[in-house]
This record gives sequence, structure tokens and C-alpha cells, in this order.
Amino acid sequence: MRYFPHTPEDITEMLKTVGVDSLDALFDTIPADCRRKDELDLPQALTEWELNHHIDELCGRMAVSPEYKVFMGAGSYEHYIPVSLNHLLSRSEFVTSYTPYQPEMSQGTLQAIFEYQTLTARLLGMEVANASQYDGASALAEAALMAVRISRRKKVAVSRLVHPHYRRVLATYLAPTDYEILELPYLPDGTTDLSSLNGMDELAAVIVQSPNFFGCIENLKTIGDKTRSEKTLFIVGFSEPLAYGMFKNPGSQGADIACGEGQSLGIPRSFGGPALGMFTTLMKYVRNMPGRLVGQAADVEGKRGFVLTLATREQHIRREKATSNICTNHSLCALASAIYMSSLGGSGIKTLARLNFDKSEYLKDALRQAGFSVPFKQTTFNEFVVQFKDGFDKTYERLTAEKIIAGLPLECYYPELANHYLLCVTETISKQDMDLLVQKLK
Amino acid sequence: MKEITELKFPENVRYAESHEWVKATGETAKLGITDYAQDQLGDIVFVELPDVGESFEKGAEFGTVESVKAVSELYMPVSGEIVAINDALEDAPELVNNTPFSDGWMIEIRLDNSSELDALLDQDAYLSTLKG
Repeated sequence: MRYFPHTPEDITEMLKTVGVDSLDALFDTIPADCRRKDELDLPQALTEWELNHHIDELCGRMAVSPEYKVFMGAGSYEHYIPVSLNHLLSRSEFVTSYTPYQPEMSQGTLQAIFEYQTLTARLLGMEVANASQYDGASALAEAALMAVRISRRKKVAVSRLVHPHYRRVLATYLAPTDYEILELPYLPDGTTDLSSLNGMDELAAVIVQSPNFFGCIENLKTIGDKTRSEKTLFIVGFSEPLAYGMFKNPGSQGADIACGEGQSLGIPRSFGGPALGMFTTLMKYVRNMPGRLVGQAADVEGKRGFVLTLATREQHIRREKATSNICTNHSLCALASAIYMSSLGGSGIKTLARLNFDKSEYLKDALRQAGFSVPFKQTTFNEFVVQFKDGFDKTYERLTAEKIIAGLPLECYYPELANHYLLCVTETISKQDMDLLVQKLK
Repeated sequence: MKEITELKFPENVRYAESHEWVKATGETAKLGITDYAQDQLGDIVFVELPDVGESFEKGAEFGTVESVKAVSELYMPVSGEIVAINDALEDAPELVNNTPFSDGWMIEIRLDNSSELDALLDQDAYLSTLKG
């Protein structure tokens, strides 16, 4: 990617073309009191090596793998990213291209989005995927709004085991509306208590996450069977889509909408972003789907081409009646996940999922044998909850000093779960790393 | 798009300024959009209609019609309860383009107040609003 600022000659030539004498004259239509008169108060520019040094210092304040052994997932997962992915992704055709406002001119961009949509729909077992959204949380909130539009109802039931950050974003989205959020509690086995659905009438949607925030696999089919004959939509969220390489995908379990975070598919954790909101649904709901959709078409000569479909529902055409305020998508992240999924292929995704599962089961067993409690009995994928003894926070600090991050303390999200930690194991954690953790915990 | 003189507007229906038509038969009435409306929209690809049993006030939005160019809201010219919808439009939305006043009808309602019909336009009055 190249960075060429405008030279004074460029600027003079452009001003001449537009027919004004100076930059000030160009901005003349902006009222004078809206224009900044003095310079921006910024520190002096750094040299490249000074900047590198500064960034290194900032990095040094964080616990980053591989220097640290990070047993923390909770919505952001470390997976190995094939070298080929970064090579393809950094091509300037992809890196520098902006959202296609004249979409059909950008066949390459549209095809990349189309391939992403196809792979995403297949992974989740759904009929149609949009071009992507900002992240798992905004995708889930948009799903709730979509269910409200379709069902013309105002209440959504959300499991307490949906990622706490996603639930906060959902609450923010719904705050200015008169839509209501009902919370579904969880059972001692670490899954959502569905019995609480009885007596909840007129629901627009039931929202669960699987694997849920405790890493447990939810009983999706039970909900899917229940909502199939009703107006209530079944929304399945996720933060770790790799799990569907091993467990049944939302589409096969009766989901009306499946959406969540795609970071784990080839996108670095990058201190929390940028992320990838994956959004899929059934064809019968496609006209109420938020975001944009790329479709395959044929031109007058019958040649394959790609177009933006259903653009009439987007904000730039439909203004306040649009299906969502999001008219853009995370194209580069979507492309990264498309390259990742196609690099691994179906069998690769299955193998990798199995490896994640097996490794986390190894650590789970080792911790049990070391005398720690694993309170939730439901099957997990690559993360699980461990209950440590009182005063574990001191041990946690000691381990951090030794460059081991022993999971995420759950108490700040679930006050009833003092001393409970969410631990994650992906393929990047070795057996030696796990043995070391257990040994240090004893 | 066609000239207004090329469009057809039957005499036996009433018109709303928002380009819906209503044809009353006793207690019930069928309604859809006018030839002018379909012509302005262009090729219609989808019609979203309400459920039977729902009630709408006069002026309320009861559905949407989507063409290759735009999505437009459909408004109730009179108040009433939906007693039937034109299911054929689901697979053949082009009926609205081809025969807007017959096979392209959208909903049938039970009129809340048939005197509301009197406030709607007749053929001549509607034509004069189109000609401006």
C-alpha cells in the first residue's frame, strides 16, 4: 500500500480545474466561524524508528502471546493464521478499495463478498448471509430488530449466557425504543433455562448463544422445535464459529437467524478489533435482513457477474425506512475469513475444531485431577469454567507476573460466580503450556 | 414511463392522493395501487402485505411495494380490518404492473365506516391531481 500526499503542484492543478484561486476560496462556502484558524495542537512528528520504539513500549504493557501463555478466550480467540492469508489479504486491490458506491464497477470486490457470503452460509447451515457487519454484538442487536420487524412484536427473550458485551450492545440498541428485553436464567449444568420461556407470550425472538459464554453447547434443537410453528424467531448467536466444525450448526437446529463474531476465522485478536459480524438467515426473511447482499447474476451476453441485490432496502435509497443504518460492511475482515475458511476447507475446519476440543478436554481433566472444580457439566467446545479456591486472585496475579494468563474472572459479569474463571485452549496452546499451568496452580 | 393519457383509470373505483384505489362492494372493499403508481415504480418485484385479521386506521401503513428502483409504503385510504390478501402476488408481483385494477389487487377489507369513501377522489378529480 502506498501513501502519496498531494504535492503543491497537484493542489494548484486541482484548484485550477475547479476554477478557484486558493484553498481558502474553495472552502469559502463554509461559514468562517466553523473553520479552524489556528494549527492543530499536536506533538512533533516522530521518526519511523522513534514511532516503532513508542509502539513497542505500548505493546510491552500488554500480555501478548507468544510471550505470554494466554488461556483467555471469552469472545476473542487466538488461532493460527496461515501465512498465505496475509499475503493475499494485503494485495492493494483489497486493502485500499473503499466501499463500492458504484458497485458493479468493482466486480472483484463483489465476488470476494459473494464468496464470503457463500462460505458463511454453508458453515452456519443457513440459506443466505449478508456481506457482514461490524462485529458479533452489532450483528446480534440487528437480529433482534429484524425479529421485531418480522413478527411485529416488541419483546425479545435473551439468555444470560449470551456474551455480556453483546447483551449490553443489544440493550443500547433497544434503549430508545419501546421494545423489551426479558432475561432467561441459566441452569446448574451451564445451559439456558428454557422452562422460563413458559409464560412469556408475544415474543419477537428467543436469543441464545452456542457455544455460550461459559463455553457450553446449548440444546438448540429444543428451542428450534418449539419456535418452528410460532411467530417467534429463533436467533442463535456465537462468538466461536469454529465450534460448528464439530457441533451441529444453527441452521440444522431450526434457527431463523444465526449471527455472531467471526474473528476466530483468520482475523488477529488485535486488542479487540477490527472484528467481523457474521449474519445469516432464511430466504423467506431476506427482505428484512439488515446490511447489504451481493448476488450472482448474468449479463446480457450470459456471462457470470455480481451485483448488489436488494439495495432498495438500504439507507442511501430508503432513508429512515431502511432495514438498518448499516450500509457498509467489514469487507477486508470478511475476505480474511473467506480466505481462512477456503484455506482450511471443510475437512480442515473439522480437524481443527476437533483439535481445539481435545486440547481443552485435556486441560479440563488435568485441572479436575489437580482438585479444581468444573462446575458446569454440559459439553464444552474450547473453553470452560473452573472454580478455584478463595483467594485465587493472588495466584492469578502471580501467574500473570510469570507470563501466564489463567483465564477470565467471571465475577464482574456474574456476581454469583466468585472465584470462577473462564479458561480457553486453542490449537496454539501446547501440551507443555497446559502442564505448566496446572503445575503452577497446585 | 408513460404519458398520463396512456394510463387507464376506471370510473367505478375511488382514488386516494397517495395513489391507492378502493372498490367497495357493500361492507367490504378491495384495494390496490393505481396504474400511475405502478408506472412510476417500474417493474415490481415484491409486495409485502399484512396478515388477515389485522386492523388499520385510515392513513396507516399496511404494507410495502418494492420495485427495481425503490421500496414504497402502502397507506390505507380508509379504515378497516383485513379480510383477505392477494396471495397470488407472492409469486407473481408483476400482476400489479400488468393489471393494477383487477388481478393486481392487494387487500380486501371490512370497512369501518363506509362514509370515509366519500372523502376519496373520483376518476376526474384524481386525474386532475396527476395533471397538476
